Amino acid sequence: MKVRVLVRLKPGVLDPQGRAVHHALEGLGFSGVEDVRIGRVIEMDLAGGTSNEAIDEMCRKLLANMVIEDYAVEKLGEAEHA
Amino acid sequence: MAFRAAVITFPGSNCDRDMAVALEKVLGVPAIRVWHGIADLPDGLDFIALPGGFSYGDYLRSGAMAARSPIMQAVVNAAERGVPVLGVCNGFQVLTEASLLPGALMRNGSQNFICRTVPLTVENNQSLFTSAYETGEVVRIPVAHHDGNFFADDATLDRLEGEGRVAFRYAEPCNGSCRDIAGILNAQGNVLGMMPHPERAIEDVLGSSDGRALFESVVGGLITA
Repeated sequence: MKVRVLVRLKPGVLDPQGRAVHHALEGLGFSGVEDVRIGRVIEMDLAGGTSNEAIDEMCRKLLANMVIEDYAVEKLGEAEHA
Repeated sequence: MAFRAAVITFPGSNCDRDMAVALEKVLGVPAIRVWHGIADLPDGLDFIALPGGFSYGDYLRSGAMAARSPIMQAVVNAAERGVPVLGVCNGFQVLTEASLLPGALMRNGSQNFICRTVPLTVENNQSLFTSAYETGEVVRIPVAHHDGNFFADDATLDRLEGEGRVAFRYAEPCNGSCRDIAGILNAQGNVLGMMPHPERAIEDVLGSSDGRALFESVVGGLITA
């Protein structure tokens, strides 16, 4: 089972990296960039039957720092990895 | 009985030797060096130090992997029993990741690695780690970090300030930290995490000896206890 976890900074937490990339995009002449936030994608290969609770626990205990980050779990269809 | 201090080494720690040297200079006895991969600490410790460095290459988040290494459960247990625990720089990051201290250390606001000696204000000299300082005293201690930007929500910050748990504050803005916080204590007062490196400031030949009082505070606290 393929699972993709998207870890993002919580709204309101300042993202200096995103801000620097935002400025760099403007420096390259791209207009209309209103905000940039940088997150992290973690893809895992899990044994079939791994429970949603176990995946949530992995996210809360290690993959995301719940003080500053939120996470979203996406289960990937087989087709995408065929 | 001699003061028993331990310095934990994680893969990628690089200030562990400096910490051990500083402890030995102040205590007069060598610190015990402990590898992260073991699950038990030596018996009868009076002090545990988590050193600076780049444990696990800062993979995932600074301090995140080290906080889940085998020795950390023993460190958490010792902290809960009241053993003094000091985390410096990466050690502070590990303490927040291990939930021994609140908040998180994020990338510096400037995006730059900051490596210089900075002025710090001692906010609270009533703690185990700061009793040899004066409240309001400004000391000079080096910082060397990329992820030292302390973040916590306003309720947590208010609680830290209200309970006197801000031990050190940058006397001038340094890395974007909320309320210029440089070092904080846990609720019991026996765990201190700080980004500046007191172990790099223990004799004048190093540029400052202002960090020495931190180690002297801990030793003094135990002798008078």
